[in-house]
Amino acid sequence: MSPSPPPIRSFWRTFRRNRMGMVGAVMLILAVLMAVFAPVLAPYNPYQPTRVTIDDIYAPPSPEHPFGTDDAGKDVLSSFIYGARVSLIVGFFASFISIFIGGVIGISAGFYGGKLENGLMRFTDIMLVIPDFPLIVLLVALTKPNLLNIILVIGLLGWTSSARLVRSQTLSVKQRKFVLRARAIGAGNFHIIRRHIFPLVLPLIVVNTVLVISLAVLNESALSFLGLSDPTKISWGQMLNFAFTRGAMSAGAWWALVAPGLGIVWLVLSCTLLGQGLEQVLNPRLETHHLSVGSKMVARMMGIKETPAIGD
Amino acid sequence: MLTILFVITLNFFLFRVLPGDPARAGVRDPRLTKEAVEAIRVRYGLDKPVINCFQSLNPVEFGDCFINPLDTQFIIYVGNLLQGELGISYHTNRPVADMLMEMLWNTLLLIGLGQILAIVLGMSLGVLAAWKARTAVDHGALLFSLTAWSLPTFWLGIILLFIGSSYWGLPIGGRLTPGTVYNTSIERWLDIGNHLILPTLTYTIVFLGEYMLIMRSTLLDVLSEDYILTAKAKGISTFQILKDHALRNAMLPMVTIIALNLGFTVTGAIQIETVFSWPGLGGAIFTAVNRRDYPMLQGAFLLIAISVIFANLVADLFYSYLDPRVEDS
Repeated sequence: MSPSPPPIRSFWRTFRRNRMGMVGAVMLILAVLMAVFAPVLAPYNPYQPTRVTIDDIYAPPSPEHPFGTDDAGKDVLSSFIYGARVSLIVGFFASFISIFIGGVIGISAGFYGGKLENGLMRFTDIMLVIPDFPLIVLLVALTKPNLLNIILVIGLLGWTSSARLVRSQTLSVKQRKFVLRARAIGAGNFHIIRRHIFPLVLPLIVVNTVLVISLAVLNESALSFLGLSDPTKISWGQMLNFAFTRGAMSAGAWWALVAPGLGIVWLVLSCTLLGQGLEQVLNPRLETHHLSVGSKMVARMMGIKETPAIGD
Repeated sequence: MLTILFVITLNFFLFRVLPGDPARAGVRDPRLTKEAVEAIRVRYGLDKPVINCFQSLNPVEFGDCFINPLDTQFIIYVGNLLQGELGISYHTNRPVADMLMEMLWNTLLLIGLGQILAIVLGMSLGVLAAWKARTAVDHGALLFSLTAWSLPTFWLGIILLFIGSSYWGLPIGGRLTPGTVYNTSIERWLDIGNHLILPTLTYTIVFLGEYMLIMRSTLLDVLSEDYILTAKAKGISTFQILKDHALRNAMLPMVTIIALNLGFTVTGAIQIETVFSWPGLGGAIFTAVNRRDYPMLQGAFLLIAISVIFANLVADLFYSYLDPRVEDS
């Protein structure tokens, strides 16, 4: 669909003019910087035990605690800054797992075709139909909730939409003349995939990764909110869980509820905007931008359109 | 059909492989003697081999391969399913099917209302945005929808709950006000309605963004088609073009997504029902996870999976009905 991927510089030139993408990129970079420099930025260390008096619990914002304090008398701002780490780590690593599985399945199904494709896509369809969030909740609850398990579960269940997208892109690339030519001069399958298919599928994978990150972040925060967070790590969802279950509502402590939620919105929105911007730049021929609607949606729409073709 | 079989099998084995002894988790009482636990295992049929060759799967214990397959947990489970028997909840000792039915209605009420509102509002907003494409209206609607799409469902629920209960005097959760005596069923329904406002609002906002974005992008797609240009050349007004030419075609993906979305509304339901303590399926799943109530979870999963598969089927049929170019396979 798109011509060979534009070199970095021309990509940057076009991307810079894409307002949505730029806003998203800047937002994401700010979030990453905040997470990386958390020890420098945070006024207190939230992992350090502190002496707390009764007045410190749910104390409203003050010069000492700009975002107020939480149910344990800890500084909300500090926890908020540190909390970005978990969301980002889970978001990135889980989506890498998803994209890797989705990419491998998608490319092999699209490239090799035949029985392999049929089997893989059947499997993908089945996995696509099973609602993933209840399954994620269950798996994380029954295998102890720690960071690694959360990443694995979210990652291992989130690949279906990517597999479908990558497969359809592979199918269209496979028909291109240069692939046929490479095959005619005797290039091996692996060589063709590496040199000809992969570079053309890559832009799609990049866009998809960014969007899968946002889904992973949402899933992670919802899990943590349900109490299924790594108890040794502060995360935004966990802060909300503590505040919600430990009386922030009746104490009127809005400050304990607003900041972590806005953090999640910020991160998810940045990924959505960046994904939308990247898609417009990498795939300029696409008049409207479906991916940005949510990759899951697209996969399901495509599933419907394609079912007659791959059905038996 | 294949999918349903897969789901049933997955559903069964998942719960056998995962850690947490159901009998022990069901009765969390350290004072129970070994014999009592064994008696409970026998009562729930957990002493039988899981399937031929495997006595149990966690930890993996091999067993006799040449036993009567009808006497294994798996076949008994499938057999019970065929009779509509979903088992007895470990926690409440009531049939799972009955419990699920009660909750299903509550969830359907919430999901139904929320979906209808989200569809109507989202589509209208999408049409407006596509019609006024690349203007301030479009950008505003787009920004609103992208933000709505990025909102964590549970957080939006908390914020609305906070605002609603402190400033608008709305109830903080549940389905009915405890301790109220209702003289008529109308009074009862009014109370339910009052409790429904906040969860429905949360639900609507979360899904609205999605529908708006899809409506906008498909409508823009359609508006770039040649026949729209022809209609324009004939001098038909924009409103007429939208109404007669564009909307009809843009409805196709919308219909598919609405049907397919029904299954995925569970994700929202789990979060919203937890926040608003609404006695529905989503909240029940979460409680069941915490109590290791395996029969309840299995039942709920099966119910959800089958409704999703069913929704997919309906969407398929509907799609080929709306768009005759898609052949039936």
